[in-house]
Formats: sequence, C-alpha cells, structure tokens
Amino acid sequence: MASLTRRRTTLVGWSFILPNFIGFAALTLVPVVAALALSFMEWDSYSSPEWVGLANFERMWNNATFWVALTNTCYYALGHIPLTLVAALGLAMLLNRPLRGVGLFRTALFFPYVTSLVAVAVVWNMLFSPDLGPVNQFLRAVGVDHPPGWTTSSDWSMPAVILTSVWRDMGYYMVLYLAGLQTIPAELYEAAKVDGAGRWARFRHITLPSLRPTTFFVVIMLTISSFKVFDLVQVMTEGGPGRSTLVLSQLIFREGITQGRFGYSSAISMVLFVIVLLVTLIQFRLQQRSER
Amino acid sequence: MTALLETPPAVRTTAKPPGHRGGTAGRILGYALLIVLSLLVMIPFAWMVSSSLKQNNEVFTVPIQWIPAEFRWDNFSVIWDRIPLWTYLGNSMLLSVSVTALQVLTGSFAAYGFAKIRFPGRDALFLAYIATIAVPWQAYMVPQYIIMQKLGLVDTHLSLILLQAFGAFGVFLMRQYYLTIPDELSEAARLDGLSEYGIWARVILPLSKPALASLALLTFVNTWNDYMGPFIYLTSNDLWTVQIGLRAFVGLYDAEYAMIMTGSVISVVPILVVFLLGQRYFVQGIATSGLK
Repeated sequence: MASLTRRRTTLVGWSFILPNFIGFAALTLVPVVAALALSFMEWDSYSSPEWVGLANFERMWNNATFWVALTNTCYYALGHIPLTLVAALGLAMLLNRPLRGVGLFRTALFFPYVTSLVAVAVVWNMLFSPDLGPVNQFLRAVGVDHPPGWTTSSDWSMPAVILTSVWRDMGYYMVLYLAGLQTIPAELYEAAKVDGAGRWARFRHITLPSLRPTTFFVVIMLTISSFKVFDLVQVMTEGGPGRSTLVLSQLIFREGITQGRFGYSSAISMVLFVIVLLVTLIQFRLQQRSER
Repeated sequence: MTALLETPPAVRTTAKPPGHRGGTAGRILGYALLIVLSLLVMIPFAWMVSSSLKQNNEVFTVPIQWIPAEFRWDNFSVIWDRIPLWTYLGNSMLLSVSVTALQVLTGSFAAYGFAKIRFPGRDALFLAYIATIAVPWQAYMVPQYIIMQKLGLVDTHLSLILLQAFGAFGVFLMRQYYLTIPDELSEAARLDGLSEYGIWARVILPLSKPALASLALLTFVNTWNDYMGPFIYLTSNDLWTVQIGLRAFVGLYDAEYAMIMTGSVISVVPILVVFLLGQRYFVQGIATSGLK
C-alpha cells in the first residue's frame, strides 16, 4: 500500500515537471552535452560526423583569429566587469538614503537596461560619430583637440563598446546592490558612529564586508554576461573595424552557423564555457575563504 | 537571458539605510550628484527623441540643437511606409507573448513539482536545471541550431518560441518563491481533498501573483529586446522582429539619421509602456536575485 502511494506521488511529481522538462531536455540539456561531444568531431553541413579527438582544438590553437577573439573578449570583460561594478555600487550608495524622488532617480538610472539594445546601440553609434557626434563635440569643447574616432578606429572601438555597455548595465546591478544594502542593519552603523568611525571607515568596515555576498553574485553575473557578449558588438561594430571588436561568441556564430563547421565552432564554445566555469569556481573559492 | 538566479520574496525595506542623518551639505551634494548622473544617463534618450523630430541635416548641428527648429512630426508617419513596422511589431509581440505565456505556465507548473512534491530523483533533476543556467547560451547554440535545422524549423517563429519558452530560468525563479510558501497550506488543502493539481491552481498560483508578475515581465522584456535569437534564426523579412528590422533599416539607410532615430523611438515605446506599468514587479524580481 505504502509503495503504491509512493509510486503515485512519483508519477504526480513527474507529471508536473514533464511539460517543461520535455522542452528543456530536448533543447537545452541535449545540446549542452552535444556541444561537448561535437567539439571532438569533424562535422560540417556536407559531411557526416567523424571522431577526430583533439584536432579541432589543435586547429584553434594555431588559428590567429581565435586568439584575437579570445583577447578581445578578455579585454571587454576586464573593462566591463570592474567599471560596471564600481558604477553600480556608487549609484546604489547614492540612492540608498531617504531622498525625495528616489523612485524617479532609480527609474532614470535603470531605464537603459530595459530599452531595446538595438536602439541603444544605434543611438550610441551616432553619439560616437567622429566628426560631428555629440561625444566628440563635447570633448572638443573641453579642450581635446583630436578626440578619438570611436567605433571607426580599431584602437577605440572596444572602449566605445565598453562605455555603452557600462551605461546600459549599471542600473541593473545597482538594483542588486540596493537590495544588498537594505539588508545591513542600521544598528551596525549607529554603533560604529558611537565608536567614532568616520564615513570612509564605516564604508570599509561595515558596508563592503556586508555586501560581500552581493558582490560575489554580481561578479559572477557580470563574468557570465561579459564572456557571452554578442548583441552589442554585433549591432555597434559587427566585430570591426578589422577584427578589433570580434568576440568569441561572434566567432562561434560565424564558424558554426554561417560556415556550418559544427565541430570546430563547438571546440571554441568549449573554451568559452571553461573560462566562465573557471572564473565562477575561483570566485566560489575566494568567497568561501573570506567567510572562514 | 541575462536575469538569472532570481528569488522573489518581497524586498526587505525595514532596515534604515545608512547615512540617513548625514549633514545638510552632504545631502545637497548627494542630490546634486544624483541629478547630474541621472541627466547624463538620460541624455542619449533625449537626443534620440529630439533627433527623431528633426530633418536629417539638423541632427548633427554644432552645437547640439535640443529643440528642433521645426518639428517634423511627419517622420512618425513616413517611417511606416519605409519599413514594414507593423509586421515587425506584430512579430515581436507574437514572440514575446507566446514565450512569456509558456514560460510562466510550464515554469510555475514544474516549480510546484520541484518545491512541493517529494519523489526520488527530484533533486538530481533540479540540479540539471541549475547547472544549465550557468552554461552560456553561446556554448550550445550550434547544437540547438542543428536540431532546429533537422526539424525544419529554422526561419520560423516556432523555433524561437520553443527555444526560449522552456528555459530553466522560470522554473528556478518560481521554485524559489514556492519554497517560501509554508507546506502547511498545501497539507491543509490535501486534507480537504484537493488534488495536487487543484492545490497548484487554487492555492499556490493565487498566492504567487507577485512572482508570476516578475517572471512574466522579465521574460517579456527579454524576449522583446532579444537580438541574437531572431538574428540567427529568422532570415525572411516578413518574420523579422522590431530589433532585426531596425538594424536592417540602419544598414540600408545609414544617412537618414532622423528617420533612424524615429524608428528607434518607436521600437522603445512598447517596452517603455510595459516597463512603467509593471516597474515594481520588474525591479523586485531583480532586486531579490542577489539575496540567497
């Protein structure tokens, strides 16, 4: 009898999960595993799959474009992660006080994140126009005689993309930091004040340590989103000029879907996955150590 | 999907924020800083709206003319003849609504199985969901594409709907919320003779309205703004979404600055309306994601 009800419970449990699970298994779980397998295969749209071991990885290692894309992706991440983090924390600190119109400020600062990325990229591309664009107009007005060519220059295209992405994403992470800040008990600050701790000391010894779980989460989210950046570069620069903003996910797309080299592109995607995994694991380690 | 790992119990606002007794000078400085920063963040939008009402040759005047000499309202009527905007808007709406509906329905249904019914294998299964959230989509988009190709679904809306409707995200978000609902409630309903499906429909769903709203809004906005998915899967012009259509317009008429801005404004308006209507749930869904 007992086993019968247990079997019934199992059936009922599965029946709840199944409608979602079928789609999830077929279109997420299977592809995730397949990507790993494909990276060891030679397969393109014309031939049948063949096991080739590490050949794809070898080819990747010797391919200059791969290294350019990897370097560019790291460049983007190294710019995007710290700048967004600092901007988000700063904005959250500013907003975390009883001000009139807090909601209005929050909406204004958060708004870029909601607006469609294409519109954002299109507008920023125009703002960055080298000759008459408002950004360079401003720079000339404050005394920069030869402002950068931004998206038309291979040296400045990545900074332009990074600036746009920070502008867009900081409001999102600001909301996360605001939520984190609100969990810090006010008594901590009161006690520190009684002990004579100044503003900076309170920030360093109370705010920052209390925000550690939030920061941990924010860094992981920023890492994942940085390494898979696609939309913004695709719309703003299409990877150019030259290969100056070509990133890994564009390379995966070009090799895998445009060129139909399934195996080779899967090898590149494994690199992307391993980087994200490693950074996340290192973060976990650091987090655990700091908790001890 | 950028907004991952979110748990939606209401944001705590009990703790008083720090610095609520800061000096008047500090307060004024904070205000000034916030106003300046918010304005800076909003400038690209102001420029976009102002440019959308100008003539082409007025967009890049030096210095910037914030108020057009002559308001070209007809930009907003002409653009509908230049690109099939109604089709694009309709396609975006169709995709966003279907994905959201499926995500909310199957997600909350599966979440009930994961949160409220005990059966063997449940936790291992849930782990599979969580694990795939951390894998960047770019790492398995090629195998997904191959599957869709084999099914003959490339260049159909159905491919995108299937790809985005069964993500792990909705399941995770709803499960975290259901865990905060006491088990005694479902126990009581069970004793009253309700089936598990009845409990889900009549007890749990009504209780989880805020979480459902958060999930629905996040999914809707993400789907509406998605560029990469439609970029990869949709090649026929009449299937394009607003994002793809706008990008194509920019590519074709790159000197029609005013009209490009007009298109950008139109692509942003629907999402602006959705966001302002549900802002509270939207921010709440994100705000709590950093906690636990």
